[in-house]
Amino acid sequence: MGESDEVKLLGAWPSPLAIRARIAFNIKNVNYDFIQEDVEAKSELLLKLNPVHKRIPVLVHGDKPICESLIIVEYIDDVWSSGPSILPSDPYDRAIARFWATYIDEKWFSYFKGINATLQEKPKKAAVDQTVEGLLVLEEAFVKCSDGKPFFGGDQIGYLDLAMGGYLAWLTVTENMNGIKLLDQAKTPQLLKWAERFRQHPAVIGVMPETERLTEYANYILPKMRGDNPPK
Amino acid sequence: MGDDKVVLLDFWPSSYGMRVRIALAEKGIKYEAREENLVDKSALLQEMNPVHKMIPVLIHNGKPISESLVIVHYIDEVWNHKSPLLPSEPYQLSQARFWADYIDKKIYSIGKRVWMGTKWEDQEVAKKELVECLKTLEGELGDKLYFGGDKFGFLDLALIPFTTWFYTYETFGSFSIENECPKLMVWATRCMQKQSVSNSLPDPHKVYDFALQLKHNC
Repeated sequence: MGESDEVKLLGAWPSPLAIRARIAFNIKNVNYDFIQEDVEAKSELLLKLNPVHKRIPVLVHGDKPICESLIIVEYIDDVWSSGPSILPSDPYDRAIARFWATYIDEKWFSYFKGINATLQEKPKKAAVDQTVEGLLVLEEAFVKCSDGKPFFGGDQIGYLDLAMGGYLAWLTVTENMNGIKLLDQAKTPQLLKWAERFRQHPAVIGVMPETERLTEYANYILPKMRGDNPPK
Repeated sequence: MGDDKVVLLDFWPSSYGMRVRIALAEKGIKYEAREENLVDKSALLQEMNPVHKMIPVLIHNGKPISESLVIVHYIDEVWNHKSPLLPSEPYQLSQARFWADYIDKKIYSIGKRVWMGTKWEDQEVAKKELVECLKTLEGELGDKLYFGGDKFGFLDLALIPFTTWFYTYETFGSFSIENECPKLMVWATRCMQKQSVSNSLPDPHKVYDFALQLKHNC
């Protein structure tokens, strides 16, 4: 399959993982058909294209499905190689970027999702503390990876910016909903500045959900996901 | 390449460590193997992988790389003059990565519930899940010689180490993976005929003894 074959993305506007793929497409200036999935009722199409995990995002290039957001991002980078690079070119830098992306998805996200997964104070506080600790680690990673430049990827946004950036809108909404600060001027000043730059990047504008819209959605979906008791 | 200093921080029963051993062997890379004691982690391990303090860690000319599949990607990209591990075609590459990710998400944690499990019902559930995963992988293998096609590659390397733990799963779980997934076992035997694989994998009975010891200590 080449750069000119039909491109579809199954996703949902609030999904951090779909956001990664959409920003990657913007970086490469690729036109694609964004098919919105209803997260509460998985479509036949989704179940057919991702029978293993049954979740979005799924990239469909021609007739071939590709699943898992970071794998999709690498695929986009490999296929549309004439556009700006998303992965670093140096193998060691690539290894570092992949290491941190794995950390974000496997460690950090498991803490972060814990915040909204409960209404109980103790486990919620524990999740907040772990999330903040993780952000301190990522602050250090940012300083090392960016090496004085504006993004994890250097002068331009890259793989690790996408990996972390996908979660930014939910980070803000979570801060507001819980009256907490996760990204913090005192503890994570560089990440805070990076977040602002990332949000304003042309490839990100229009993809990053607006806080108000996402808050409304979060208020709707989180109680359902938690299985909260209906109000009396 | 001749002046390269390569060190691998490893632990002999680790399936993740085995992946890196195989990759290094496939590429014919000379390296210093350092066995780590995970109960008493060395200063070097803690320095080289401060985030997770886990093996495997590859140290190439003083620079550390962690996470087994990240390491394998690195090895393939740097020593790209022989024995390519990853497919070059983007779609095939994406599929190899997808299934390696599937193995990572499933096999270790489900397998652990089978051999570490103390309640029979929990073990039974874990066994069913493990067999389902292995059957899914068997389906992905199909009639091919290897997951990558005609040649041993990334996905074969990602899965084959876990077969050294099959005897452990089977013994603790009282079942036969051979009975459930015969095609997968044919593939495993084929892989073991490669020196790079057989030299990198421990005896499954030694792995069982290790697991038994660990379970008794818990």
